[in-house]
Amino acid sequence: MSLYFRQLAALVLKDLRLELRRRETVAGVLVFVLLVLVLFQFALDLERAEAARLTPGLLWITLLFAGLLALGRAFAAEYDQGTLDGLRLAPVDRSTIYLSKVIATVLFLSLVELVALPAFAAALDAPLLTPGVLVTVFLGTLGLAAAGTLFAAAAVQARARDVLLPLLVLPLLAPLLIAAVHATADLMAGAAVPWSAPWWELLVGLCVLFLGAAVLLFDALLEE
Amino acid sequence: MWQPASALHSESPSDSQRRVVEAQGLVKFYGATAALRGCDLTVAAGERVALVGPNGAGKTTLLKLLATLVRPSAGRLWLFGVDAVRYPAVVRRRLGVVAHDTYLYRDLTVAENLALYGRLYGVADLRRRVAESVAWVGLAGQADRRVGALSRGQQQRVALARALLHAPALLLLDEPDAGLDEAGQALLAAVVREAAISVVLATHALERALALADRVVVLAAGRVVHEVATAGLTSEALRAIYRTVTNAAKQGPDEGSRPAGGAALPSPADTPVGQPVSLGSGEK
Repeated sequence: MSLYFRQLAALVLKDLRLELRRRETVAGVLVFVLLVLVLFQFALDLERAEAARLTPGLLWITLLFAGLLALGRAFAAEYDQGTLDGLRLAPVDRSTIYLSKVIATVLFLSLVELVALPAFAAALDAPLLTPGVLVTVFLGTLGLAAAGTLFAAAAVQARARDVLLPLLVLPLLAPLLIAAVHATADLMAGAAVPWSAPWWELLVGLCVLFLGAAVLLFDALLEE
Repeated sequence: MWQPASALHSESPSDSQRRVVEAQGLVKFYGATAALRGCDLTVAAGERVALVGPNGAGKTTLLKLLATLVRPSAGRLWLFGVDAVRYPAVVRRRLGVVAHDTYLYRDLTVAENLALYGRLYGVADLRRRVAESVAWVGLAGQADRRVGALSRGQQQRVALARALLHAPALLLLDEPDAGLDEAGQALLAAVVREAAISVVLATHALERALALADRVVVLAAGRVVHEVATAGLTSEALRAIYRTVTNAAKQGPDEGSRPAGGAALPSPADTPVGQPVSLGSGEK
């Protein structure tokens, strides 16, 4: 394994170990997602037909805000404890630091989704536990983490970082949200899994675009 | 990590084999406030240099520039003969830094913290090296304790072990005594005095600077205002020099703001503050 991947693995392992001990991100985000689901039930009082129509939107809005919660924590603890400077001092390619945060965020959110998807499926009586939806959720989560991690690093030094992060990242994530909602709706409507369909192409394209742009920009972001 | 081949060659105007640090006219603005206003500094291989000066003199900013944590607003900086402003990644492996922040994860154990940084620096035979480092800073029984459960002084010892784990060629220390007990200070002194590496140490304690360094550099208002070798220098003489040059700096013109219209900063040599103060007594 090259030094780059050893460094990447060390950074991801560090984030997993810290999460295991602090239990801040996964537990907090999971409770948030389940609370939102309960509130949807009370606030919308959905009929079965309406629920089927609204489920993709409700699911993705919830996952989007849950992702923002997780991303807000991605660099905040590093910055507040001064360890971000320790990473900046180390002879690691800046993309390693970025990718480690993306991987950790995707893993944390996937754990949340592992519980949230069955809960949404049961509460809204929606066919969400299919391979197509799972792949769509993974792609949406990856795109969210890819763009969000870059902006979380940009916002971390700001006094109002909790407000700034959604303001920066939500406009950028609008196309991702639209593609994910439509792909999920098509799958729920019983569409076969046409991997070349426009919504999946858009999802994959956005993931590649966010990851590529962030890897290029992250160096400049961390250097000052 | 790709770097142009030219980055690995000496671009410094002086002999890179002998000069570990060569800074010319370093300027650093934070917003409109000047933290450094034209700093020149050289450090030879194996030399120990202490930076002293009043609060706000620019010691920490200069150390952050040397550590490649921030970029200068103007000026040139070569580390090991490499242009560290253009190619910071090339020099980072050879730097060890102990600062106010320990750079340690409070929820990881001592050994986990050191192993993490060891992997990032590509340290070979890591398990043995970590065990040796922990023992060396006197925390052999504490390797599996979380850093957050240690006292400030113990954390500072771990920070010292982290900074030296990868055998750096230049050690940058910013007030490294913080929280250290007598034994910890002795350990630090042994590192600075006995390790065959270059050291730049920022401190408020003149006695400490005198005891540990070969040369004391006095900073005031973002400039180097005096340099003196410590060989044969008494504590009283250093105090007298310090008082004189920092008082002279206080009386100099205040140029703490960025010049309007992007005008060039006046050269340090243009002002009385910038002139190294010549003192007849106390120096050898």
